[in-house]
Amino acid sequence: MFAGYLAAGWEVASIVAVVAGVVGFFTVVRGAAFAAHVLPNGAFAGAAGAVLVGASTLLGLGAFAVAGAVAIAVLRRRARSDVASALTVVLMLGLGDLFLSSTSQYASETFSLLFGEVLGVSTGEVLPTAAIGAACVLAVALLYRPLLLSSVAPDVAEARGIGAARMELAFLLVVALVTTMAVPVVGSLLVFSLLIGPPAAACSFAVRPPAAIALSCAIALVTVWASIACSYATNLPVGFFVGALGATAYALGRAPGAWHRRGPHAAARPAAGTGRVPAPAAR
Amino acid sequence: MGASLAPVFEPGFFTSPPVLVAVTVGGVVAVVSAVVGTFTVLRGQSFAGHALADVGSAGGSAALLAGVPTLSGFVVFNVLAAAVMELIGLRRPRGRDLATGVVLGASLGLAALFLYEDTVSSNTTGATVNVLFGSVFTLSPGLVPVVVALGAVSVALVVLLYRPLVLSSVSDELAAARGVRVRLVGAGYLLALALAVSLSAVTIGAILSTALLVGPAASALRVASRLATALVVAAATGVGATWLGILVAYDSVDWTGGSGWPVSFCIVATVFLVYAASGLPGRVRRARRPAGPRTVGPVVGSLARPEPDVEPGPPETTGEG
Repeated sequence: MFAGYLAAGWEVASIVAVVAGVVGFFTVVRGAAFAAHVLPNGAFAGAAGAVLVGASTLLGLGAFAVAGAVAIAVLRRRARSDVASALTVVLMLGLGDLFLSSTSQYASETFSLLFGEVLGVSTGEVLPTAAIGAACVLAVALLYRPLLLSSVAPDVAEARGIGAARMELAFLLVVALVTTMAVPVVGSLLVFSLLIGPPAAACSFAVRPPAAIALSCAIALVTVWASIACSYATNLPVGFFVGALGATAYALGRAPGAWHRRGPHAAARPAAGTGRVPAPAAR
Repeated sequence: MGASLAPVFEPGFFTSPPVLVAVTVGGVVAVVSAVVGTFTVLRGQSFAGHALADVGSAGGSAALLAGVPTLSGFVVFNVLAAAVMELIGLRRPRGRDLATGVVLGASLGLAALFLYEDTVSSNTTGATVNVLFGSVFTLSPGLVPVVVALGAVSVALVVLLYRPLVLSSVSDELAAARGVRVRLVGAGYLLALALAVSLSAVTIGAILSTALLVGPAASALRVASRLATALVVAAATGVGATWLGILVAYDSVDWTGGSGWPVSFCIVATVFLVYAASGLPGRVRRARRPAGPRTVGPVVGSLARPEPDVEPGPPETTGEG
């Protein structure tokens, strides 16, 4: 299982897990689950296009993920954000369908782009993944305070001169970067599982944002490692285990909260949110 | 007349059996999706609609694996997922997106598993493409009565729940104060949504079905001033876009020299173009005069979920302040 030819897969998957844990925390706090779902799907179209013209997959992924981020940010000024996201995602998925249907490896290529192929990662992909991952973490570190403030209290942030629209775009671009590095590993449909499951679980356990971020990374790492091990042992797709373990982590995180709310302390607890970490503003 | 339309309708369009089935199913599904979708947009549940569609892909692939029609898989999984989302707190907007997302993530994992098994175990090499992106041209004629029946059930649910549904879409609190059983209405509506999404998944594929659900409805809500009008406009737009997409896909075989464009892509692209075009009248109107209380279209939308960036107003104030 730890043979040399699999080393790259382990390394890349670990990097993806850590970065997804960090960025996912903000996804959960901002309530941006839909955007986190849309961008990877949009990137799928980019990868498909890259297959068609013979360009680098990473390039196609990046271009389309960034285009999707900008599209959502622009559309949501004119329309409701969920409608904007929904229409962006179907258009890009449709384009992906068009691109892939024009190539000869239609079915197999579709599956590996959508559901990932972590055991097929080559050594050459480690460095670009690490670089993009570092860029994501750096961006989050630089934006940490304004991003957190605009996620938790958009009005206060606005009063302090932190434009909500600018923050939204910056955040979407970071998600686009994560997407670019993660899609080849876990697939477009399941990047999303990593961005939501572990951080959501972490937010119900941890009290303070830094602790939640650290816990979120840890849960994401365990999820990914366990998934690869299970996938190797059972020969089933890794995406299945990522999805299942992510949901399990979330369910475990919700369980204590649900227990408390039913119990005698129900009235004393503050409004039910995701644990003590400030819940996202209704959007 | 036939000769003058020949460049538009390639030969055989009106006589080919697959096209007839496609046009029938596409029309019915477009109407159902538009009616249910109008409420999806009003209630701000586009994500739930899209999540159901993706969950359906697990159902469709499981059905392929079991050797039963994919539609039955879509319906079973969508109804189950709707029930789960309702149970784990779809009512609170805060928990809602997360709950939806987690159900979505888990079922995508299942979809990966089933599709993998489909590909490995059988001769259905195109399972992934078939379930996720679909093709309305490959439907069997025997499916038509089933689609019509399920569509009728979905629309009937919406009609039955019409008044309480409208009220609770605009304001849950108001509806509860008027004695509406908000939770029951929400559950009934989710059932209608699950059925509509299943139907549209068969037509344009599981992960594209959101287009028919959200696109026409969102376009209609932008131009229509009353809800009833919006429903009619949405249905007409949906049917028009679907048929146009089918026509373009059929004709494209000739333009591209044999391979053609996927019909699902053509429908999605048409829907998106219609949505983009639907913003133009409002923009013109807003530029001419400020929106009064009678322009209910955007107002209904902003009542459902008050967001500063959807308030009708001159464009220059909607950016960052």
